[in-house]
Amino acid sequence: MTLVDISGNLLFFAFVCYLVATLLFGGAVKGSKTEESASEKRWGKLGITVTILGFISNLGYFVTRWIAAGHAPVSNLFEFTTAFGMMIVGAFILIYFIYKTPFLGLFALPVAIIIIAYASMFPRELNPLIPALKSYWLTVHVITAALGESILAISAVAGLIYLLKHVDITKRTKQRFWLEAVMFTLVLVLGFVASSTTFSFMDYEASFSYVDKEEKPQEITYDTPALFGMNQYEALSPNAMVPLAEMPPIVNAKKLSTVTWALIFGTVLYGLIRLISRKSISALLQPLVKKANSTLMDEIGYRAVLIGFPVFTLGALIFAMIWAQEAWSRFWGWDPKEVWALITWLFYAAFLHLRLSRGWHGEKSAWLAVIGFIIIMFNLIAVNLIIAGLHSYA
Amino acid sequence: MAQMKQKRLLIRTVILAILILAIVYTIYTNATKERSAILGVGDEAPDFTLVDLNGEEHQLSDYKGQGVFLNFWGTWCKPCTKEMPAMDRQYEVYKEQGVQILAVNIAQSNLEVQNFADQYGLNFPIVMDRTKSVMHAYNIDPLPTTLLINPDGKIERIITGEMTEQDIASFMEQIKPE
Amino acid sequence: MDNIICVCGHENPKGTILCGNCGRPLTDEAEKQKLLDMRYEGSARRSQTYNKSMIDKVWNFFSSVKIGVSLIVIILVAAAIGTILPQVLYVPATTETDIAAYYERVYGTFGEIYYKLGLSDLYGSWWFQTLIGMLGISLIVASLDRVIPLYKSLKKQRTRRHESFMKRQRLFGKGQNTLGDSSLLKSEEKLKELRYNVKVENGALLAEKGRFSRWGPYVNHAGLIIFLFGVMLRALPGFYVDETLWIREGETRAIPETPGFYLESKEFILETYDKSQADEVFGEAIERVGTIASNYQTDVILYQKPEDALPGDTKNLKQIKEESIQVNKPLKFEGFAVYQMDFRLDELRSMQFSLINKETEEPLGDLSIDLVNPEKTYKVGEDSTVELLGYYPDFSGFEDGEPQTKSPLPNNPAFLVKMITPQTPKGETSFVAIKQTLEPLGENEYKLAFQNVETRDVSGLTIRKDKTLWILALGGLLFMIGVVQGAYFNHRRIWIHETTDGQLAVAAHTNKNWFALKKELDQVSEIAQLPAYEDQQELETEVDKKDGEKSS
Repeated sequence: MTLVDISGNLLFFAFVCYLVATLLFGGAVKGSKTEESASEKRWGKLGITVTILGFISNLGYFVTRWIAAGHAPVSNLFEFTTAFGMMIVGAFILIYFIYKTPFLGLFALPVAIIIIAYASMFPRELNPLIPALKSYWLTVHVITAALGESILAISAVAGLIYLLKHVDITKRTKQRFWLEAVMFTLVLVLGFVASSTTFSFMDYEASFSYVDKEEKPQEITYDTPALFGMNQYEALSPNAMVPLAEMPPIVNAKKLSTVTWALIFGTVLYGLIRLISRKSISALLQPLVKKANSTLMDEIGYRAVLIGFPVFTLGALIFAMIWAQEAWSRFWGWDPKEVWALITWLFYAAFLHLRLSRGWHGEKSAWLAVIGFIIIMFNLIAVNLIIAGLHSYA
Repeated sequence: MAQMKQKRLLIRTVILAILILAIVYTIYTNATKERSAILGVGDEAPDFTLVDLNGEEHQLSDYKGQGVFLNFWGTWCKPCTKEMPAMDRQYEVYKEQGVQILAVNIAQSNLEVQNFADQYGLNFPIVMDRTKSVMHAYNIDPLPTTLLINPDGKIERIITGEMTEQDIASFMEQIKPE
Repeated sequence: MDNIICVCGHENPKGTILCGNCGRPLTDEAEKQKLLDMRYEGSARRSQTYNKSMIDKVWNFFSSVKIGVSLIVIILVAAAIGTILPQVLYVPATTETDIAAYYERVYGTFGEIYYKLGLSDLYGSWWFQTLIGMLGISLIVASLDRVIPLYKSLKKQRTRRHESFMKRQRLFGKGQNTLGDSSLLKSEEKLKELRYNVKVENGALLAEKGRFSRWGPYVNHAGLIIFLFGVMLRALPGFYVDETLWIREGETRAIPETPGFYLESKEFILETYDKSQADEVFGEAIERVGTIASNYQTDVILYQKPEDALPGDTKNLKQIKEESIQVNKPLKFEGFAVYQMDFRLDELRSMQFSLINKETEEPLGDLSIDLVNPEKTYKVGEDSTVELLGYYPDFSGFEDGEPQTKSPLPNNPAFLVKMITPQTPKGETSFVAIKQTLEPLGENEYKLAFQNVETRDVSGLTIRKDKTLWILALGGLLFMIGVVQGAYFNHRRIWIHETTDGQLAVAAHTNKNWFALKKELDQVSEIAQLPAYEDQQELETEVDKKDGEKSS
């Protein structure tokens, strides 16, 4: 077995550990007495042990892949997103040892799981470094940025728990709607995983020729059935699905089809959940967080930003600027990824300033933390895949 | 107390004034940066030395005391080639009156430039800026660009774009020595 | 200006909320508050005391945190709008008309509107720069307004505070003094162990640690201000150079905007990952993507002209160094840096022709025309000559019968030639271009047949000089220090007083991380048997607590 295979197995083992640990934390959270019973404490201890086991295995994946590829495994979308998921677990473990709250684990681990699952839908082969990435700044900038983002992610998890506990599910409010919207989005990501896995399992492939926006003929291969066709498309594969609509040249119809399939699978999945459980996802999760300590969640949310903000600044802005100056002759070029990193930074700066006023503690803070995470995800997903540029991963 | 209040007002006014001025200056400079060339009217024309088609060296400062019609051009540039016959005709008129033409060709082959000069029977010196160093020294961007240099070696005017024969005549009139 | 004289006798500047001497609340609002707002130690925030003139109004505007946060949010939203469509910098068009056309052509009406509104050059626009400028002013004014009074108050804070101050702290307890005289002593001992600075005066104890962390925000603001200042300096001439240089293999060119430096490109090298060699590890990726570049570089020699030489004089150039410019490894000299940014492969360098008799197809000889420096006459074979009457490197058609060239680059070379052979001593004229040969003066016996081309690569280099970099670096460093100082450390204070009625009063405050403060206070309480304290601010009410809430 090659080093790469070992690396993959370690990642898989970590993934499984995180799943198990989620269940264990679930056990620690349940129970009817106010004070923690001995069995609940045991569940919690077991949960963190399995989490740590998984994390070590995850680190093992990281190190072995580093050795196999000859460079830090953060050079493509799969590698970066997996590292990000791993560091969220790491950040959680750190915060757990400060505050010892199993609620955080119950929610942070599934988020990490979803992120790793999402990452695995993208090309996983080891790739050699293109000249622009041949610098030790790759290691320093990307890893520090991922670390900062993962710590900030924990604040969003704490915020989510706070919101699940405090938003009144029984009344039809804006908050109830948006909270459920966040849940829906998480399900959509699962939908993406489901649809990608299904079509890759089927080995689906369909080729088309088309005319690009510079009016040159090109070819493209879809790995999901073509719901949308490229500009002036012509099918090259037999049995290719006939697209429902043709797109203008600036739209990448292949990506649009992939996204739409994810939306379809995700919406169906969501619909099934609601149909079977007769409740919204927020309502389903609420009993789990009933006993969470709100003050603590608020404190964790704030503390995570306090710890993560400097790390994020260092990695995503300062190291990034130094590297950009060396590689591209300018430390800042206003390219979309740089701009969205700046937007993230400005957002969390605003967050920290708003926290100065007590009126912004509690629920408002929780919403801000969740929005911050959405901005980070926008940078990871939309900017990399849609608003492509010099800086994008895909 | 009133004194302290006055002092504070003064400090605040000064701080705000400096900040606002600095910002306005920066924004203004950034906005006009594109349009302003580094060289302006009244500046001393940077000295240089280039070789012409016959292998002779021409140094700008050699022409001090004469007006210099410094024209930057290339054979691919339509307006440049269009104005050359007119330049040649006016050169005949003004060269006795102390006006010199130096036509700086931007990094083309001798063959192309010689053919062009022969075809149009051009009599003024055409010098070859092989490495584009003179072009950079004068910060030339669009072609054609002509600089009018007076007998004291200072730039009197910078013209971008095609010139009519009338323009050329009046420009040469402008820089001829008294 | 009216001062406020506190009950204790101390004179406080107008606008003070807590007495600088004893800590009593001075305003009705403060009296009514259950918990004191300790953000600025109750000192008078400068801007709030002076509200009269226009200048003061402007000052107050910029001093407000609300305004600052609003500015941050507006900038954030504006920046996001600039990412909807690519900015002009990333669009493959150079002139204004081309750019406008591009947006309309590729992005339709939306693109047209985007361009017309100036959103395509958002970050360089005057209004975006103004917003940043306003944020800069806000940083300076807001910081000055707060840091000076804060520093003064913390510097002269008294050990003993009035009970009304203590009662209104978030952590407060009052009760029996079980250990009597030794309670303060034992507290002092434990607190010193926990690395607090302890002051004991007349039965009052003040323990403080981490005051330096309060300055964190002001240090990081200073860093940001310096950074913005550095950015502003770029507008000044001489501070910033940004030029592009396209240079062909074998060429020597003057480096724009540098004093007398020349660059000769010896070679441009493009390396790709070799699938066979990289198969083991990277094979899959290469197969999926195709060619992956592993390296590209330009091998150059840097020259400098001698001191007194003039532009244009390329004799006596002194060789400075020979280097390979790669991505991530720019060539650096005298404050300048040359970066490997772009390249164009296979530009035509020379063309080889054969002089052939059209009927017999018998070749008389070959000639090779250098496309950058063609010659006037070429000797071909034994006794033939080809004269180059005209050379058009980028042939774009005929105008009035004259061949035209649209640029000096050899993208589409065409030649007007005269072929003189022993059979045709008067010479035949032919016009030779790529894929077409014209015979304008009647049919010829001979022609030039195209044989081969030689190509060479062109490197796209960026020349950069940035004198502001060290200022930006300083600003960044200061920012990091400030943000670590403020976020990773907290300012904690514990007051323990012997009250007039023989009891003990305990209060504590921190600017962040109450969790840890409570843990430390618990430790001290245990040793010195201090009265139990209450956290007077909880986000839950008592009702929630009964609902079975866990403590962690």
